[in-house]
This record gives sequence, C-alpha cells and structure tokens, in this order.
Amino acid sequence: MTRHGEPPSEQPSATAEEQALIPGSGGGGAAMRLIVPLQGIVQGHGGGGLVLGSLLPCVLFYAFQMFLKRSRSPPLNPPADGPENRGVVRSSSRRRLPARDAAVSARAALIAKSGDSAYAVGEKRCLEDPYHPFDNPDGVMQLGLAENRLSLDLIDDWLSKNWKDTMLHQRQGGALNIKGLATYQPFDGSLEFKTQAIAGLMGQVMQGSVSFDPSCIVLTSGATPAIEILSFCLADTGNAFLVPSPYHPGYDRNIRWRAGIELIPVPCRSTDNFNISVASLERAYTQAKNRSVKVCGILFSNPSNPVGNLLRTETLLDIIDFATEKNIHVIADETFAGSIHGNEEFVSMAEVLNTDGVDRTRVHIVYSLSKVFSIPGFRVGIVYSFNECVLAAASRLSRFSSISAPIQHLLISMLTDVKFIADYLKMNRERLRIMYALLVSSLMELGVQCVKSTGGFYCWMDMSKFMKSYSEKGEFELWKVMLDSAKIHITSGTTCHCIEPGWFRLCFTTLTRNDVPLLMERLKGVIHRQ
Amino acid sequence: MAQMLLLSRKAACNAHGQDSSYFLGWQEYEKNPYDPSTNPTGIIQMGLAENQLSFDLIESWLERHPDAAGLRRDGALVFRELALFQDYHGLPHFKKALANFMGQLRGNKVELQWRNLVLTAGSTSANETLIFCLAEPGEAFLLPTPYYPGFDRDLKWRTGAEIVPIHCSSSNGFRITNRAVEKAYQQARKQGLSVKGILVTNPSNPLGTSLTHAELRTLLDFALAKDIHLISDEIYSGTAFAGSPAFVSVLEAMRAHPLNVDLADRVHVVYSLSKDLGLPGFRVGALYSANPEVVAAATKMSSFGLVSSQTQFLLAALLSDNGFTARYVVENKKRIAERHGRLVEGLRRAGVECLDSNAGLFCWVDMRHLLLADTFEGEMELWRKVVYEVGLNISPGSSCHCDDPGWFRVCFANMSAETLDVAMQRLQDFVASSSRCGGRGARGLPRGPISFARWMVGLSSSRDRQWSERGY
Repeated sequence: MTRHGEPPSEQPSATAEEQALIPGSGGGGAAMRLIVPLQGIVQGHGGGGLVLGSLLPCVLFYAFQMFLKRSRSPPLNPPADGPENRGVVRSSSRRRLPARDAAVSARAALIAKSGDSAYAVGEKRCLEDPYHPFDNPDGVMQLGLAENRLSLDLIDDWLSKNWKDTMLHQRQGGALNIKGLATYQPFDGSLEFKTQAIAGLMGQVMQGSVSFDPSCIVLTSGATPAIEILSFCLADTGNAFLVPSPYHPGYDRNIRWRAGIELIPVPCRSTDNFNISVASLERAYTQAKNRSVKVCGILFSNPSNPVGNLLRTETLLDIIDFATEKNIHVIADETFAGSIHGNEEFVSMAEVLNTDGVDRTRVHIVYSLSKVFSIPGFRVGIVYSFNECVLAAASRLSRFSSISAPIQHLLISMLTDVKFIADYLKMNRERLRIMYALLVSSLMELGVQCVKSTGGFYCWMDMSKFMKSYSEKGEFELWKVMLDSAKIHITSGTTCHCIEPGWFRLCFTTLTRNDVPLLMERLKGVIHRQ
Repeated sequence: MAQMLLLSRKAACNAHGQDSSYFLGWQEYEKNPYDPSTNPTGIIQMGLAENQLSFDLIESWLERHPDAAGLRRDGALVFRELALFQDYHGLPHFKKALANFMGQLRGNKVELQWRNLVLTAGSTSANETLIFCLAEPGEAFLLPTPYYPGFDRDLKWRTGAEIVPIHCSSSNGFRITNRAVEKAYQQARKQGLSVKGILVTNPSNPLGTSLTHAELRTLLDFALAKDIHLISDEIYSGTAFAGSPAFVSVLEAMRAHPLNVDLADRVHVVYSLSKDLGLPGFRVGALYSANPEVVAAATKMSSFGLVSSQTQFLLAALLSDNGFTARYVVENKKRIAERHGRLVEGLRRAGVECLDSNAGLFCWVDMRHLLLADTFEGEMELWRKVVYEVGLNISPGSSCHCDDPGWFRVCFANMSAETLDVAMQRLQDFVASSSRCGGRGARGLPRGPISFARWMVGLSSSRDRQWSERGY
C-alpha cells in the first residue's frame, strides 16, 4: 500500500520540467515564438540596396517560420485571448495528445507523474517485500514513514475497556440512534468536540503551559489539508514561503501542487546543529525580492522534521520579529509537539504568542492527532489561529477536507479521559526516549553520528563518510545500496532539501527492540562494504 | 503604525455574506427553529436537502452487526490496522463494496470497476478535485441552470475555473437542448473562455428530474464534437423513485453510444453517500473515471481529503451486505416517493403546482402565480413573506441561477410527516389569506428587525452567495 501521510521519500525537489508546470514558477515558456533576427536596422540612410539586403532575408526567414508553425498540429483548445492566457505558465512538456483524447490539466499531468522519480523505487520495494519479524525476516525494513507503533497497545487497551462509549453507540431510550452523527455537521468540527476534547487535549500536551481557545480552532481531515488550507489563505499562486531546510518532503506536495506557492529553502547547516538563523532568512528574503518573487510567509516545523531539534523561545521570537518587519505570516507546524522524548522543554508558538507586544494575528499553528496518538487513519488535523479572517476563510475551506462526525464521537470520550491522556503521554514519551537512545547508541557503535534530537520520530544521521563521493550522486548511490543490499528504506537528505550531502532520516518508531540488532547487522554490512 | 497584514485574494475577508438576504432565511431558522412541542410556531427548515427518512434501517443493521460499528472483525479489535491506515488508494474492500452498490443503484445495467474509484471526503471534495484535474485556472465548465448554488463555490473558488450557464427554461420543463448547450459554448468563447467540459447533476438538484436518454445523448455527442469532458454528479441516484421514468446514468448512456470507446476518457461520475444513505456527517464521496491520468492525479490529491479508515471499515461491511442494500434501496426509494407525494398533495391543496419530478429530496415548486411582480425582486418579496410570515425556509430559484422568477426548491426528506403537514397547512392558510386580500396576494411590509432599506441594499449586491456551512 502506498502511504500518503509521511510522504514517500521519493519526492525529490522538482525537476526542471516539473518546475515549469508549477504556476508562477517562472520556468519555461512554451509557445513557439517567432524569433526576430536582429538584422541591420534599417537606418533610413544607406540606400535601397541596404534595405533590400536587410529586408529580403527577414521576409524569407519569417516565411520559413510561418511554414514551420502551420505544419505543427494545432493545440486541442485553441487558446483565445483571455484570462487563461494571463499568468498561467504553459510548458512545452505538457502532453500533446492526439485529437480524440480528452486532455487533463497541466496540474493533473504533473501530479499523476509524481512518484516516478528515482527514489520512488524505495516505496515500491517496501510494498512488494515488507519486512516482518516472523513472516518475512528478509524483507525491506520501512524506516521512511512516520508511524508510531510504540504505544498503540495503550490505545487498544483503552478502546477495549471503553468501546461502549465510542462511536455509534449513542443511545436514546435504549435504542441506537445515529441521527446526531449522520446528519450534516459543521465542516470544521463540532463545537462540542473542539471545546471538550481538542482544547483540553492540547493543553495537556503542552503540559499546562498554554490554554487553548476553542474559537480559534478549525478542524480538518489531517495536517496535510490543514497546511494546504493555510497556504490558500495566506498566499496567492506564484507567491512564496521561506522554509528552513532540511524540511519535511510533504511540503512540496501540500503547498505547491494545488496552491501553487513556491517554497524557498533556507539552508541550515550541521555546523549550527541545523538551527534556524534570522540572518539566513534575511538573505533568502532579499534574494527572492531581487527575483521579484513575493514572499508571504515563513513555514517551519517544531520539533523539526527531519532533524528533531526544538526551537528556543528566543528563536521563535526572532522569527516573529522578522515576520513583523517584513509584514508576512508565520506557519508553525507543531505536529510532533506531543512526541517529545528528550530532556529539553518544548516551547510552543501558542505559548510565545502570549508574550506582550507580539502580533498574534500573523502566526498560525498546525497540529494533528496523527502523530501523538498514532491515528493517522482517523484524519484529525487542527489549524490554530488568532486571525479572524484566516479562521473565517479556513473554516469555509474546511468543507473540502472535512472531519467526520463518527470520528469525533469516537475520540471525544478518549480525549476527555484526562487521567488516561496524562498516563498515555507520559508512557509514550518514555518509550520514545528508550527507543531513540537505543538507536542512537547502536548507530554510534557503527560510527554513525546523529544530531541530538529532542522530539519526533527520527534519527537524523550523518553517513557522509560512507559515500563514495561527497555529492548528491554519492548520496543517492549510498541510498540505493542500503535499499538493494541491506534492504533498508530510509529517507535521503536530498529529498528533504538538505544542502549538505550524506544526511539520512530514519524513523525509529516503527521498530521494536528486537528489530534493532537485525537493523544494525544490515547497516554494518553496507558500511563495511563502503 | 503596523501595516495591514494581507491575506490571499482567495481568503480576503469579506463580511462572510452574513448580511445577504439569502442568509436571513438560515439565520431566522437558527434563531427560531420549529419544534412540535417546544416551539410550534418556529420556522420549519425546508432548505436543507438531507435524507432523514431511513435512519432506522441503518440503525437496525448496526444493532445486528456490532462488530462493524465497534471496529472489530470476528470479535477482535482491528483498531491498530485502521489507526495506521492512511493509504490514499483506500480500503480495497470498501471500494469494491461501493462500486458494487453504485452498480446496484443503476439497476446493474453497468458494472463499475472498483479501481476507477477515488475516495474523497464528501462529494464537495470530489467535485473540486475533478475540476483541479481537468481545468486550468480561467478555463470554464458549462452548467445547465438552475443548478446547486454550492457549485459557485466548490467548482470555482480554489481552482480558478469559471462557470458559464446553459440556460434552461420552464417553457420545456427545464430540459437541456442542444441549442442551449451550443449557445452557452459560444457565449463562453465570446467571453474569451476556453471550455473544458460540461457538468450536470443527474438527477438534478434543484429540479428533482433525471436526464432523459435524449439529453444524455446530446451531452455525450457535444463532448465528443468539442473534445471536452462531461462530469455527471449523480449523488441523488439512489433517490430516484421506482417505476418510470427511470433514472439513467451517464455510464449507461455511454455504454449504449456508438463511440463509447472515445468517450471513456472524458466521462466522469461523482457520487456520495450523503443523500442515498443519509450519512453526510460521515464525509464519504467518490469520483469514478476510466481516465487513468485522472484517477492517478485524483488519488494523490485525495490526500487532502481522505475518508477516515474507521468509516471505510464500517461502510465496507454495510455495503457488502447485498441482501441489506437491496432491501434498503427499495424501501428508501419508497419512502422518498411517498413523502414526495405528500408534499405535492399538500402544495396542490394550496393551489401550488410543482415540476413533475422522479427523484431528489425536494420539489421544484412553481409559485409564479403568487408573485406580485414577475421579477426577481418580486421573487425575493415572496420569499421573505414565506420565511417571515409563513415560517418556512425554502430556497428561491434565483439562488440557483434560474432564469424564470417565481420558482422555489422545497425539501421534504429532512423532517417528519407531521411537520410536513404543518408546513403545508401554513402554506395553504397563507395562500388562502393572500387571495382574500385580492389579486395576487397581500402586500405587506416585511416584519422583523431587518429594515426594508437594508433588505433592498442586500438585493442589489451580487447574486453569488456564500451559503451556510451546512450542506445545501
């Protein structure tokens, strides 16, 4: 099964061809242009001979080009002069179909093809030959997807004991009644669910440091649409967001595919422990301005995906100051907020926004229940904003990505079980900590260093010394060897737009303790070969 | 002084349209909803196309199948599997069951391939996804009028596509003619718009009629001739009454067409369980297409609106029970037809006729004879009277882009039979008292806190309205 959530690691940065098809990317013009050769300017002085000598070759040249133009097959829908020809990038790489076939949009053609890249073979292998400790011990270990299997049993247990309170067991006078769930609900989530379940839960996740206002919440069917909705609200097609890199490969899909917003990577370096610096934001902003690209916002994840580090309060405030100075928005993707395993304290944007003098209307936060409770299948995403207009627009847009009523009903009793949630968060955190420590120490024994990560499901590993060449090509080759020989699927740094080759992202939460020795064995094989 | 923080053009904060006259009906209903015991003089909601007639059938199935509702298979909790399942290809078991069910709704005259289905969170998402797949920003789709007002938002908002109306009129029962389609196409060209396809609702919202063989043939021929797409939104397919005229799906018409091979890539169907099963809260929609590029792109786009795994699991079990679905479909249609008949009879007693319909959760009611003026202003005046004086929230035809003033959509499946009777009695009393006052009805100033001036101002703004967040 191809997963959608954590994007397949085969999502590389757009190829030149793909760039051309992204509206407003400024790439490739398509229409055949009549090239006007720079003949000698007919000056007016110089006599008829010069004029004829200049004119005749021009005329012949034009005639030749007209001939060429006519002999090409006509486009399917002859473009009239109209709105569709203004501001829409048409690329010659758009499919030219025989007259009888119905063409799809350029957007669809691009999206249909996505996943055809060289990295796509990794996803395919995981599906064809998935590892299982008993059924298929030689299969491919899928370590490229963010799934937390460490604490599913806790939720299983709760459901087994409490399933009578859950979905579709609404009772009125003893008889089952589905009217309350079946009929039309507010697309952005029921007020009851927001007030009773989500606001309270998020407060617990933040360990009481923030109190969440239900009227600032818009619910969606997952973090993926939450980010897309915010993109549609905050920027127009062809505008850009600054995104500190390495970043979550899913942004390329969430923000560019349909919203058509450019992502400008702002490289963070290993020498800085991949921390964000305002100086680099400033540089990237200026460069964009010089290219006449309008930057509308900054998007970053905290805890960071893929690195796993946390942003300090000062950095968060610096980002807000920068955004205020440039009059742009900030999107803080805090989907891993409930998955802190290190000793550092996580500071949410929501908490920072309580600081005096901070403009709350320009910061928008995304949460999801998918990571903290390992329920990506249930599709619950959260947009949190103090901006009335953004909330109004997002809540209207949520109709396209609406959360289901039965799911809200199922979750409401679980999420309002304060004791269960407190115990769960604590136990989950402990299990993440143990697993992370085990992975990191095992990797260290093999000579693989990881950046210190405090939150999330990943080890961000430096395998540059095992590459044959310090380049993207070297990195790809190493990635391929790991897939083909060691049958390990991890995410390459290039897919995450990391500017330094040799970094890899490994998800440790799909493993059990017993899988670790086998993983290390396989990795050792690769390392020694290199 | 802080600069104004800009939003995108799409999100630009307007007044939410809340001061528009169309919202008044919804707002008045929300403020003063009818309840037989606690608020018998409140406003009856007849503007919501929801099917509440057959919940008991589904409830009894759920009672008999607690496993499906409780995330169990053979008694064992399958929570883990479902919790982690986020594959945008969807649960194969569910898609097979859905494809099978859709075939059943078409009298098993066509067999749907489950791999051609793409699941989306509701048909709203399916329609938008299809437009993203087929049209560039600025390209146009032709839609026969009157049409579902939500399309102005769903098809155009984020996609940047345009809608050009195919004008249908009461003179021929709002049927789609080749002439009207051609005229719309030329109109689009005149506006400099490149037409990418036609979108129809079959059975129609708001008309409640299904397309005839002739209309379908016209549309298919036109799509071929102009090399464009045809989208058929068939979310009301399960509400078609038994007997004739029967509902004919575009898929059936396509199969019978001599050039069906050439049509395969360009005909797409949208479906949802919101109307037939009455489960809009579950957010289950689908698009069906034999065009592999559309399926590939739409499948990936469905990441933005997946159906929850728990819902897929539950409904897979429900829809796989062929005995149940067969019985449900028959009983559901019967109830809808009966309720429809009750509304028609009630209207007739008020001297009001409606368009002869064979499907849908509503009637397309002809109140032209009650207008004081044969204009859209006259329609709005009548509408206000019906909302404020009669206490019925019905939908004016102008909101559906109807060309002829005086038509209203009246829903009947979202209330009990008793409530419907109350509504009809009110209407009968209103018409009776109107004729007693002479002529075409009493001229009364609208009551309520909204001033006449403000109402007139509302009329002068754009006819495109943002409707309530509830399903329309």
